[in-house]
Amino acid sequence: MLPNYELVYETYGSLNSDKSNAVLVCHALSGHHHVAGYYVDDPKNVGWWDTMVGPGKPIDTEKFFVIGLNNLGGCHGSTGPMSINPKTGKPYGASFPVVTVEDWVESQARLADQLGIDQFAAIIGGSLGGMQALQWSLAHPERVRHVLAIASAPRLTAQNIAFNDVARNAILTDPNFYGGDYYEHGVVPTRGLRLARMLGHITYLSNDAMADKFGRGLRSDKYSYSYDIDFEIESYLRYQGDKFAAYFDANTYLLMTKALDYFDPAREYDDDLNKAFAVARANFLVVSFTTDWRFAPERSRAIVKSLLHNRLKVSYAEITSTHGHDSFLMQHTHYHNVMRAYFDNIASEFTA
Amino acid sequence: MSTHDHSTLAATRPDFAAIASWIPQGASVLDLGCGDGSLLRYLQGTSKVQGYGVEISDDNIVACIQNQVNVIQGNLESGLSGFESDAFDYVILSQTLQATRHTEPLMQEMLRVGREGIVSFPNFGYWRNRMDILQGNMPVSEDLPYQWYDTPNIHLCTLIDFETFCYDNKIHILDRRVMTGDSEIKLLPNLLGSTAVYRFKRAD
Repeated sequence: MLPNYELVYETYGSLNSDKSNAVLVCHALSGHHHVAGYYVDDPKNVGWWDTMVGPGKPIDTEKFFVIGLNNLGGCHGSTGPMSINPKTGKPYGASFPVVTVEDWVESQARLADQLGIDQFAAIIGGSLGGMQALQWSLAHPERVRHVLAIASAPRLTAQNIAFNDVARNAILTDPNFYGGDYYEHGVVPTRGLRLARMLGHITYLSNDAMADKFGRGLRSDKYSYSYDIDFEIESYLRYQGDKFAAYFDANTYLLMTKALDYFDPAREYDDDLNKAFAVARANFLVVSFTTDWRFAPERSRAIVKSLLHNRLKVSYAEITSTHGHDSFLMQHTHYHNVMRAYFDNIASEFTA
Repeated sequence: MSTHDHSTLAATRPDFAAIASWIPQGASVLDLGCGDGSLLRYLQGTSKVQGYGVEISDDNIVACIQNQVNVIQGNLESGLSGFESDAFDYVILSQTLQATRHTEPLMQEMLRVGREGIVSFPNFGYWRNRMDILQGNMPVSEDLPYQWYDTPNIHLCTLIDFETFCYDNKIHILDRRVMTGDSEIKLLPNLLGSTAVYRFKRAD
């Protein structure tokens, strides 16, 4: 449907002579290609997984050649709804096709072809990124040795789809949305995007983390008895919403949430996840976080059970963390020890 | 792993060698309470098993990965619902039985998930333990290295107790090795053996 597309990517470390040390990092809903480090001319713009990826870090770029990309449909440089449709000379907007996790994996495979990488040492992702990593093991079982699905799920629950739909509705009903073609009106559905992000943000944190960080703390010492900001949590969420709405594209947000909703590899096997994983050949590391209720540990255990059914090599760590779904992005000693140990094993399988 | 590890491990844990002698090449094995993965690593070396461990402790999860052993983090006390019936040739509970709270259902779960079960445990009927009791003290030894107030061992038993338990629960004992240190005990095992290893299956 797209006449052509571009993918923007960053790489870290060097590809070894037999091209056996490549690691693909798949991003989640709001992620992009800038995974680690910072730019010389923009030292404050630190990669979104800089705690995990870099020299001497768990995914050690002195050993691995790490690739981060912005997925097709994204808003950080890869072809997406904001891009100009060469046929019309205008932004794609509403005409940009809905893309799926399967589509992303195919486009990532083409990127690997371009880079001359036949087989990845590992493909890793958190959340929606974990779904892409899992999909790799199904679509291209011979092209990946290790799959790491962090804070992920084999498919979304009804509750999870419900959250996504409320977020989408916030955008779709914003008067500035114009059916997705807001670019030509010179406006952005900021209110909708902001609400979508505020809702999402609540679900990425745990009750405890919010209570610890904000409690019932007030911005001033008195109630205002108005609908202005009273509580710190309100202030925080609005700030996060504003920040996000200022740089993220609403159409991309819609598309990413839909890709989440549609992912369900068991669907074509009568909902039997065991059968879906029958083609997989990779070794797996599955990681979940105790307070993650958006991608709960049960969802990860369902993945593990199907991998065990298929006699695939798998380890599973359930990390005790207070930070909910966001835990996968956080600095956490034990979590990082698990990752480091696993990546050290991967590194021991190839020669530098 | 290098081969010298086998002999080192077998010397420190004589039950490992007994367990290995029962497990055919390429068997699938689930090790419950696998610790740092030493037994599975040993069995991967001796018997090329397809092994998975179950462990609750964070530190041991890291240690298992470092030992290149598959490990699933979980709590044995909440059952083995993450594992399908008849999924493994052998389910092992090595030096852990005596520290489990829900011992009876766990033994049944072992035989739901595995074709055969293997357990090893310290024999409370060992004569040194009996001597300690006669002298008026709870036994503390190499096999039972805890004081009464800090021991995780809440379900200690003797060989006779365990065999009665199996009979009552329709568990058919297939094999038994009794050891003190690394020497095998054939005579008066319930008195002279400090550690026992059993292999069993469901009685049909």
